[in-house]
Amino acid sequence: MREPELVQGNEACARGALYAGCRFFAGYPITPSSEIMEYLAREMPKVGGICLQMEDEIASISAVIGASWGGAKAMTATSGPGFSLMQESIGYAAITETPCVIVDAQRWSPSTGQPTKAAQGDVMQARWGTHGDHPIIVLTASWVREVFEMTVHAFNFAEKYRVPVILLLDEVLAHLRENVILPEPGELEVISRQRPERLEDFQPFANEMMLNFGEGGHIMVTGMAHDEMGFPTQGQKAAEQLKRIVSKIERRAEELALYRAHYLDDAEAVIISYGITSRAVEAAVELMRAQGLAVGFLDLKTLWPFPEKLIRSWTEGVQYVLVPELNLGQLVREVERAVGGRAPVEHLGRVDGYLITPQEICQRVQERLGVNHGVRSS
Amino acid sequence: MAYDLLEEYLRVERLPHVWCPGCGHGVITHALACAMAELRLDPDRTAVIGGIGCSGRAAFLFDMDAMHTTHGRAIVFATGLKLVRPQLTVILTLGDGDAVGIGGNHFIHACRRNLDLTAIIYNNSIYGQTGGQVAPTTPPHKKSTTSPYGNLEYPFDIAQLAIAAGATYVARTTSFDFRDMVKFIKRGILHKGFAVIEVLTHCPTYYGRLNEMRDPYEMLHRLKEHTVPLEEWEQLSAEERADKIVVGELHCQERPEFVESYYALITRMQSQQVKGDGN
Repeated sequence: MREPELVQGNEACARGALYAGCRFFAGYPITPSSEIMEYLAREMPKVGGICLQMEDEIASISAVIGASWGGAKAMTATSGPGFSLMQESIGYAAITETPCVIVDAQRWSPSTGQPTKAAQGDVMQARWGTHGDHPIIVLTASWVREVFEMTVHAFNFAEKYRVPVILLLDEVLAHLRENVILPEPGELEVISRQRPERLEDFQPFANEMMLNFGEGGHIMVTGMAHDEMGFPTQGQKAAEQLKRIVSKIERRAEELALYRAHYLDDAEAVIISYGITSRAVEAAVELMRAQGLAVGFLDLKTLWPFPEKLIRSWTEGVQYVLVPELNLGQLVREVERAVGGRAPVEHLGRVDGYLITPQEICQRVQERLGVNHGVRSS
Repeated sequence: MAYDLLEEYLRVERLPHVWCPGCGHGVITHALACAMAELRLDPDRTAVIGGIGCSGRAAFLFDMDAMHTTHGRAIVFATGLKLVRPQLTVILTLGDGDAVGIGGNHFIHACRRNLDLTAIIYNNSIYGQTGGQVAPTTPPHKKSTTSPYGNLEYPFDIAQLAIAAGATYVARTTSFDFRDMVKFIKRGILHKGFAVIEVLTHCPTYYGRLNEMRDPYEMLHRLKEHTVPLEEWEQLSAEERADKIVVGELHCQERPEFVESYYALITRMQSQQVKGDGN
């Protein structure tokens, strides 16, 4: 039996990246994600990888894209202000179908905000931060071990589908230390990009096959609308290519949907949450179940593509849906759209820099279910 | 000259190029292809990374791995690529706005970091692709679509900026001096470290038209008239230098190259681990 070890969220992310085969990291110091780069600066050279501190976040994501085309699994990590700076190149990664992972440890925002306070305010920026229609996958995590696992998933999705994948953490999870037993080699699946079998008639922008630079492919990569060979195009061909790269992710929404569901079979009320907030939700649901209330929860790990069908089926016939998030209302609107008026959907937000507590959640659900007695906090 | 080899390096099916008649960019791109041919670079082991703007279009013309990046960021895309593929010869085709306007921060840091990259800067003193706006390289008093009453600012001297920031090979020439272009590009590629070859060139469509120099030949001739080779420059008085620009190999030094330094670190860390494991 392996002994648990005390691991910080950021460290779990860095270790998950190495486990997934990440061999290039570029970043710029920013609270609360810096420990990821600090860990990788120490460990990358030992595994033959590269960790580089760049001059800013734009340079970081751009170097990551260059390294990915060089054949390395590549990642950067940042927080809100740096994430905003990266957006243009994230769009470049999306249109050029470059596998890469971007970690955003969310902090109270906008602007400099409160660097050491947690938030979940970047949910929409993660989806729509770069300009134009584009494919993106966004994952999140709630526990330190899950940070490790989701980092591995992020690389797997990026490599399998040739798409930038964003991992949303938050200040508390990034800095939280938990006793964990992290996965051993071979325990989690690790996926790498698929090479074409034949070079002669290979079209580098037609599907998820990828040939790296330096392998004789004479690949042309551009952020302009391009045809299957990578050369500028317009009109119908540009439309076709855009639809192809968007639909390769959107049509897989179900298989990309990672989540935890509990107590949903008989639930009259469903709480839908993600990230750090799911910990309070789980505690609240346990408290309410102990009281005999039919409450269940859906803890989303994949935020985008939004698991619409999943939400629709799990909220079928329920009386009440609550979406707690550390913002003024972001994912709740997507949930509302999916539920489609079949049950009231409410938001429970908090933006004072502190986490939502199980008691707040219990109180709200009990009120809505017409239950009068409170829940003891111990 | 290895002209017969050019087809090996260029996507000839994509010619003629997209630049305006009379533009100097084609000449610079031709010089780059000649330099590659004369060095007999292996196209499978060479990559061209371009930015955004007229100069960025050069990347589409080379029959090898090539990347047309985001505006100003070509250097950092190349940094990631070069670090994970050290065996690749990585050449940058940048414009002046790309290199020292929007990408100025990356440029000075690349000079400081000294990665083995070769940056060819197509400096036409104006933003051409977007319609002739003032650039950080536009001389004082010159007109552009956004300095209609004359430029009130003072320009960067790209070569001097590169030297001050730590680039280890810096040369400057003009689109008039074809042989010097080829020679300096070759030396830049062979140089182990960050090499900057600034090529002063002419944009008759915007810079010329807005500044009473419509004729491409006249512009090209002016480049010749206003530049002075380094050897002559050193003999000139301050007054004589006033409206002249020095050209030639301005700087060459040896300093540890970053990719080599990083791989040396990897070797050191890994050998320590092996030793550690043995104990």
